[in-house]
Formats: sequence, structure tokens, C-alpha cells
Amino acid sequence: MNSELTTWMRRGTPWIWLNAGAVAICMVMVVGLLMLLTVRGMSYFWPRDVLQANYAPPTSTGELLTTQVIGEFVESEMVVAAQIVSSGIPVDETQDLYERQLLKLGNRDLTGADFTWALSDFVKDVKYPAEVVAMERREWGNFYGFLQDIQESGESIAFAGDAADIEAKRWIDFNQRLQRALDIRDDIYVIENQEIGAINYAMEKLRLRERRLELDGEESKETSAEIAVLRAKLDTEFAVLQNDLVVLYQAVNRDAAIFLAANEQKIEIVFADIVRAYKPNQMGLFSKLLTYFSKLGEFMTAEPREANTEGGVFPAIFGTVMMVMLMSVFVTPFGVMAAVYLREYARQGFVTRVIRIAVNNLAGVPSIVYGVFGLGFFIYIIGAEIDQMFYPEVLPAPTFGTPGLLWASLTLALLTVPVVIVATEEGLARIPRSVREGSLALGATKFETLWRVVLPMASPAMMTGLILAVARAAGEVAPLMLVGVVKLAPTLPLDGNFPYLHLEQKFMHLGFHIYDVGFQSPNIEAARPLVFATALLLVIVIASLNLTAVALRNHLREKYKALDV
Amino acid sequence: MNDKSSEQTQDAPSSTMKMDVSAVLGDKTKTGGEALSSCIDIESLNLFYSKDKQALIDINLTIPKQRVTAFIGPSGCGKSSLLRCFNRMNDLVDDCVIEGLVSLDGRDIYQKSVDVADLRRRVGMVFQKPNPFPKSIYENVAYGLRIQGINSKRVLDEAVEESLSAAALWDEVKDRLNDSALGLSGGQQQRLVIARTIAVEPEVLLLDEPASALDPISTLKIEELINELKTDYTIVIVTHNMQQAARVSDFTAFMYMGNMVEFDSTNSIFTNPRQKQTEDYITGRYG
Repeated sequence: MNSELTTWMRRGTPWIWLNAGAVAICMVMVVGLLMLLTVRGMSYFWPRDVLQANYAPPTSTGELLTTQVIGEFVESEMVVAAQIVSSGIPVDETQDLYERQLLKLGNRDLTGADFTWALSDFVKDVKYPAEVVAMERREWGNFYGFLQDIQESGESIAFAGDAADIEAKRWIDFNQRLQRALDIRDDIYVIENQEIGAINYAMEKLRLRERRLELDGEESKETSAEIAVLRAKLDTEFAVLQNDLVVLYQAVNRDAAIFLAANEQKIEIVFADIVRAYKPNQMGLFSKLLTYFSKLGEFMTAEPREANTEGGVFPAIFGTVMMVMLMSVFVTPFGVMAAVYLREYARQGFVTRVIRIAVNNLAGVPSIVYGVFGLGFFIYIIGAEIDQMFYPEVLPAPTFGTPGLLWASLTLALLTVPVVIVATEEGLARIPRSVREGSLALGATKFETLWRVVLPMASPAMMTGLILAVARAAGEVAPLMLVGVVKLAPTLPLDGNFPYLHLEQKFMHLGFHIYDVGFQSPNIEAARPLVFATALLLVIVIASLNLTAVALRNHLREKYKALDV
Repeated sequence: MNDKSSEQTQDAPSSTMKMDVSAVLGDKTKTGGEALSSCIDIESLNLFYSKDKQALIDINLTIPKQRVTAFIGPSGCGKSSLLRCFNRMNDLVDDCVIEGLVSLDGRDIYQKSVDVADLRRRVGMVFQKPNPFPKSIYENVAYGLRIQGINSKRVLDEAVEESLSAAALWDEVKDRLNDSALGLSGGQQQRLVIARTIAVEPEVLLLDEPASALDPISTLKIEELINELKTDYTIVIVTHNMQQAARVSDFTAFMYMGNMVEFDSTNSIFTNPRQKQTEDYITGRYG
């Protein structure tokens, strides 16, 4: 028996089990994390059925107050009776636990809050009326209610037929008018954000030119006349667009719908305020799927609304990817050059050893410290200097002397450069000596050997460094808060105005967006699913950035397969 | 035995060696009547890898032009170190100190004014293990020419075909010039490396145990190749294999512990060695 145990131990069986267990735990944690994010995040976009019920909780006066609730069921939980009593609802304390459910009632303009907790025991007459309409609005959040009437320029539209007929026809008409309003909205968006944006940009350019001439003492009658002419032209264009806008706004505000919300409250909603409307209780699986993907698409491609708690996160995705790419552009050449010098040219000795130790330790410096450095060095010193030298006409408003995309990318490049240096150095060290000698023996200089043979062969190692750098940089939030990320950036850093890429602009970032939506939002209940969805998206964005780099590395590896000697 | 050999080493003064060399070169009967001119002259060459590690001790030698010269000797005797002096490959080794004179066609190659890259183009080298670049077969051969700034496709195509034919590889690879050189067999890779080296038209070919990592058939091919190339190039080959030295070389130098023990025509060395050490080594009594 004892010897059997000894053999078992000597074969290393427990050790193998221990290792396998560790791997299993890691797998479970990773899969669990992804599952949680997916389930909590992705279920948010599902068009859930809307219930209608009467809720009559006991009151301290004993009087029965029944309120009607219309909304979506979100979740339920068990609560201790004492806690409910202490919150002012006199329930029977002999019953230990009560179930309560979280209902999303929307209609914030009518009731003041989107969500309510209701004790399940007192929710009566639960129905799922087919005609109930769920709506997303540009303001005041979701709305749940019944469509009563459609008005065009204040006049009600009449429909013929029996009650069911009228209901159906009215819904069709509603959707047509909604589509029209959405189309006009798109036109307005184009004019407001792109055309007027471009004119404003040109105006600002003109103002800066004038100021520049003034500063340089080169203003003359001709220049002022020229500027005045250009400005007049822009003013005319602006006036034209302004007129178009007035017309469009009148058109979009023409139609309104009268809804009946819970507790017989009538409310008029202008079509211009509606983003999406559907009757969830009537929808089959297929149309629900359509709505689901349409909402998911909006989340990925639209701009945020309502203090980031609704709408999409596209600017944040864009900002994250943009910043990581810029960071890669900065960090790769810099890290590679440093590694090449350290490994190939520098005399190996005490100094290079100290430098290597310093580089490795740099990777361990807390990221917020880099943020502080970026703010203090890049923005306050270099940025301010650039402003003084190249943008004096904009002052006192800073151009580069304020947090922005360029500085965030540079700060992250600094943060990740040790990783690239270390990986590249290892790659260079792995290139067989025989290949270098082969090149040198053919009459190539050291530089030619490096450039034509060694660096291409070390490129997979550089990519490994870049992959690690991207993985670290894309998830970093703390330093970015100091050097360029904002809660809401009005425009993307890439647009149609020359020079197209605006490195000085502030930008949005998924990581910061999660923090902002989850912990700085006025409407936590509404935002919580968005936190999960955004987190999942951040994971996906980082994973796809990494996979791109990995694919590139594998391609390079195949191409410069190292010699097996 | 060891005591005796070290005695003999010390007994062989350098002046004697030098006389031997000139005697060999002057003696037309040993090499078939034709007068030999020298290609590389080595005078009192000492090489130190560090202060107390001397790899070559007072070497004097003359490598004849357009002949095959073989260096034989036991491992660590300094054959490769000596070979690498001829194209200054030892420059790559940190702390390596070289004293003495090495001249190629009468010019000291260790002078400051010498362009090392140009020297290495003139003195090509093939290494023990095949070391093709991770590029296509074509690009491997064209590499040296591209380094020299030749990019004309016509010139390159011609040179690639010529070199590959000269290295007896053209027929095997002409249909897959754009495939990776790493897909070739070891013997093919080594011939590719030779083709790559002769593409830049060097004057001297240094072969550092070119066949030691290859199978017998590939070895045979390499040896045939050496025989063909020796009409155009001065070839210096380092080998462990004495039969190989006997087969391919015109002259043979035997080295031991950093000393040049004997240098003579291959015939003399293998049939009638003058030094006892040489005889012992050739007959396999040590080393």
C-alpha cells in the first residue's frame, strides 16, 4: 500500500492533477466572465413584453390606493419583511420574506422615475395587452402606453372602419409618419453636424488667419478686404443652411401623436422626438429578432444620448481604436530602434545593463504616474510650447496645450515602450549568428545586414511586443483621464475638414465610458445593462485588435521562418 | 606522446616554416610544372581571443593562387580562426586581437584604409552549417548583388542562373526560384550558399568545413564542385576529414594547438610527412 502510494507520488500524478486543476480554474473564470458580460449585456437589447397591472400595496392609513403600472419586468428578488416595513409599507411581519420585482415603467416625464420596485403579492390583474406601444425617445427615456390619435398640424386624422380596423390603420399611418420624421431628422443631422460644422470650421480658420496677420503686423487693406469677402460668402452659405433648417424643423414638428399612458394620463408626443416605436406584445420571434439587431446596431454605430445612458457608443469605439492605432504607430518604431541600438550597436557592459534594468522597471511604474507625467511634460511643457510657436493666434485658448488624442497616444506609447523593447531584443538575440555572418561574408555592411536580413527575421518578435503593448494600452483608463479622454466629445477626431485627423481633439474611450455610465450616471438602473454591454464590447475590440496583430505575426513568422539550426 | 608533440612544436621555429613554404612554391615538379603565384601571404600572425587565450601562434604561410589549399588538424587547433582572418570575420568577436601581417595580393588587409565590406566581397566564405536567408532561392543568390546596388532584373537573372549553374544547382531549382530557400535539402542549401557566394565574383573562396553537416552523396557533390571551381578561384578549405583533404586539395597545411606544423603539397603530406606529429595525425594515432 505504502509503496503504491510512493509510486503514485513519484510518477508525479498529483502534480499533473494540480496543474490540470489550475488550468481548469482559469478556463472557468474566463468563460464565466465572458458569459456574464454577454448575458447581462446582450439581453438589454431584447424587446421584452410589456405588462399592464394594478398595484395596490398596503398603506399605513389602511386606505387602498391602486395604481396602474405599464412597463417591462426586469428582475425579482427576495427581501426581508422588516426592511419593507421600515421603508413605510406595513406588510405582515410574520411572513419572513417577500418577493419584489423591478419594473421599468419609463415615462420619466410623467412619473419622475424610470424604475419602480413592486411587491409581487400586491401586483394584480397582470395582462399583456396587444396594443401597448413601447417607444424610445430622444428625451425622457422610454415610453409605454396606448396610441390614441394622430395629429397633423393640430388636426386629428380620421380612419374609417370598425375599431380593430382603425387601430391597425392608425398604427400603419403612425409608422409611415415616424419614418418620414426620421428621414427629416437625418437631413437635419447632416446639415447641423457636417455642413454647418464645416462652415464654422472655415469661419474659425478665417478668424485665426486674421488674428495671425494682426499678430505678425502684416495686415493691410487688401488682406482685410479679402477676408471680409470670404466671410461674407460663408455668411451667405450659413444663412441658406439656416433657412433650410427652419423649413426642416417645421416639417419634422408637423406631426404629433396622442398617447394614453398608465393611469389614463394623456400625453402628446411629437414624432420628431421618437427614435423607435414597436408593439412588443404583438411581435413574433422574427420581428423581435429584427428589432433586437436594429437596437444592437444602433448601440454600435450611433452617438450616445441622455448623458450617455442611451443611444450608442460609436464615438467611444472609434476613440479607443484610433488611440490604440496611433499608439502603435508611435511605439513600434521607437521601441524597435531602441532595442536595435541596445542589442546591436551599444557596447555590452555596465551601462547597457543598467539601461536594461531601468527599461524593465519602467514597465512596472503605475499607469497613473504616466498620466501625471504626460500631463506635466507633454501637455504643460511641450504642448504649451507648440501653442506659443505655431498657434499664437488661437491663444489664450490652447490647441495642443490641453489634453488630447496625440498626448494620450504618446503617454500610452511611453507606458508600453518597455514591452516592445524587451520583446524586440529577445527576437534579435534569437537570430542565428550564422545568418548574420552569411550576410556579412557577402560584403554587406552591418547596417545592410540589419536592414535586409536581421530586422525582417525579427519582425515576428516585434509584433509580439506590439501585441502585448496593444493589450495593455487598450485596457488602460487611469492615465487617459488626465491626458485626453472625456465623457462626451462633440466630434470625432477624424472628419471631413482638413487636415482630417485632429490630433489635438479630446476623445471618448470605452474604458472610461464604462466608468462614466456605471458610476457617474444619474440613472443607474437604466445604465447598468449598458455597462455590461460596453464592457463586452471593450473585450471584443481589444480581442479583435489583438487577433489582427496575431494574424499579421503568424504571416510574418511563416515568411521568415527561423532556421532550425 | 603528448610530451613529445609539444616538444616538437616548440622545436619547429617559424623561420624553418617559412622556408618550407617558399620551397614548396618554388618547386614546380610537385605541382605539375606551372609557376605558382601567391594569393594570400601570412607573416608572423598571432591571434588572441583574450589576454591569456592565444588561438594562433606565429603563423607564416602563403596560399597559392587558383589552387585548393586544405587546413587539417584536430578540433580547436585554430584552423577556422586562421581561415576567418582572411576575410576579417574575427572582427566580429569582441576582444579579439590580431598581430602580424595578412596580405591579399600584396596589400595588408588589416590596414585602417581597407573597406571591410569590399574585402569580404573579394574573399567569399561558406560556413559549416548551410545558412541561407529566409528569402526565396532567387533572392538568396541576388542578395550580394543587390547589396552592391545592382537592381536591374536582366543582370540579376543572368547572374542567378550563372551562379546556380556553377554551383550545380540550376537544374534542380530552376522551376522554383521563387520558393523559400529554407525548403531545400541540406546539401542543396549548401550549394545554394556557394552559388550565393560566387555570384558576387570573389577572388578567394573560404570553405569552413562545408560538408561536415551533409550526407555522403551531398558531400560528393560539394567535392566535385570544388574541383570545378578551382580553375577560377583560390580556394581554402578547412576540413576534419583527411580523405576529403586528400581528394580535393593541392596543398595541405597541418595545424596543431595554434601552430602551423607542416605545409606542403598534399601528396607530400600524405605520403611523406616530414614532421612526426603530422604522420601521427594522418595515420590516426591521435587527434
